[in-house]
Amino acid sequence: MTETFVELLGYRFFSNALLASFFASINCGIIGTYIVSRRLVFISGGITHTSFGGIGIGYFFGLNPIMSATIFAVLSALGIEFLAKKAEIREDSLIGIFWSFGMALGIIFIYLAPGYAPNLMGYLFGSLLTVTSLDLYMMAGLTLIVTGFFYLFYKIILFISFDQEYARTHKAPVQLINYVLIGLVAATIVLTIKVAGIILVISLLTIPQTIANLFTKDFRNIIFLSIPFAFLGAFAGLLLSYALNIPSGASIIMALVLTFIAAKLLSIVINHIKVRKAVSGNKENK
Amino acid sequence: MGKILEIENVSAGYGEEIVLKDVNLVINDNDFIGIIGPNGGGKTTLLRLIIGLIRPYRGSVKFFDDSRERSGGSIGYLPQISHTDPRFPISVIDVVLSGLMSKEGLFSRYPARLKRRAEELLNRLGIEDLKKKNIGELSGGQLQRVYLCRAIISSPRLLMLDEPSTFVDTMFETDFYGILKQLNRDMAIIVVSHDVGTISWYVKTIACVNRNLHYHPSNVITQEQLAAYNCPIQIITHGDIPHTVLEMHKHPK
Repeated sequence: MTETFVELLGYRFFSNALLASFFASINCGIIGTYIVSRRLVFISGGITHTSFGGIGIGYFFGLNPIMSATIFAVLSALGIEFLAKKAEIREDSLIGIFWSFGMALGIIFIYLAPGYAPNLMGYLFGSLLTVTSLDLYMMAGLTLIVTGFFYLFYKIILFISFDQEYARTHKAPVQLINYVLIGLVAATIVLTIKVAGIILVISLLTIPQTIANLFTKDFRNIIFLSIPFAFLGAFAGLLLSYALNIPSGASIIMALVLTFIAAKLLSIVINHIKVRKAVSGNKENK
Repeated sequence: MGKILEIENVSAGYGEEIVLKDVNLVINDNDFIGIIGPNGGGKTTLLRLIIGLIRPYRGSVKFFDDSRERSGGSIGYLPQISHTDPRFPISVIDVVLSGLMSKEGLFSRYPARLKRRAEELLNRLGIEDLKKKNIGELSGGQLQRVYLCRAIISSPRLLMLDEPSTFVDTMFETDFYGILKQLNRDMAIIVVSHDVGTISWYVKTIACVNRNLHYHPSNVITQEQLAAYNCPIQIITHGDIPHTVLEMHKHPK
């Protein structure tokens, strides 16, 4: 890597990649906090893999794979949420069915599609350096929706997430909010595929939040802390991906995991200092 | 004294299982009713009916305000504390504010006066220093007090408590019942419990629920009466000194 960072910014592909990281960090920071707080990591993993079916459909019918995957994933997510309530099938079994069904559908369509599938690896492992303007527009649009929704309805989202049954006794629109949020989870996942890839996208929805959770136990603060952590990981991963010519998903996770380990060590030190202060403070009081 | 709620000929249950049959109950202002009964007898189902989590198969649950019928009641609800995720990232003050959900609507802004009100309540229950803590950092008794604040911040006409003695730490218990007695001046209270011994000395009346409901207009109840009500639970007797006699039972070593 001989170029300076400023020179890199001059390249369209690089500034696109940086913008994509920026939007993905905001979307994943907010939606990931919801996922982690409500322990929805498994359903999110399921939706991620289900969306592969939408990518296959896109390839086969010559559509934009991200666009078809978004629609497919959102519908699947709503389907899981609906069937888990109405069909009396256990939710995790249902997720298993959707998960494998989506993957199978994707594989079938990709094999049936004429010619060979270019960029397939990019969808599986992330390819930040090939982000298009259309990808960016979709990501920016989602950022607008997600931040707007959370800004307007933050309290009710928090209260419903914390205690659904109690919210129901207050006649809060629990089911409606749940549907909207699971739809936003699906959209966020698919529109982050270009950044981290299907196999690895769950990292951006869980690792930054887990790091943030080391320092704060408040929903809002986890959101505000995990966004910069997600961006840090994406940015470091982007540089690594460019320098070594490896898939961006893998390099982002490497960066995030290293950050997590560093943060964990830091939080241990901070806690240690706090405890020592508290102990010596008690002594002085005596 | 106004009527808050009337349950008429209600049957309710889950799926094909009928848990409650032909239940009648009227709740008036300043009532303090203990609902007792064996496990599986329908106590929780009755509670869920009143707070609107399930609908009756037959009969009606009607709410009243100035003797006019209303679509919903103003009810404060204190669930068993074990039903929430103790690691959920939410602060004590936010939990208390969530008791205003139905009054404040969907949007995010809660005016400062409501925050002050939440703080006053926490203060009244002696836990104002916990307001910024995460709920996972509290003891069972502290969490119960937080939930009580959440239940009463909307000044409901009826307060429902589900097994409040299960998690209360002993030191807090008497204190807790004192607070309930005080609250009873402003609102009717219903306590659901499997433990007659504990509740009988602070409720005013008792309702026995075991598929049917038998209302007992006093807080003392004899074994014969319990048997007549088909309510196989621990019994209580009374004499000069109020005390509780439990049926012979084994204690785990």
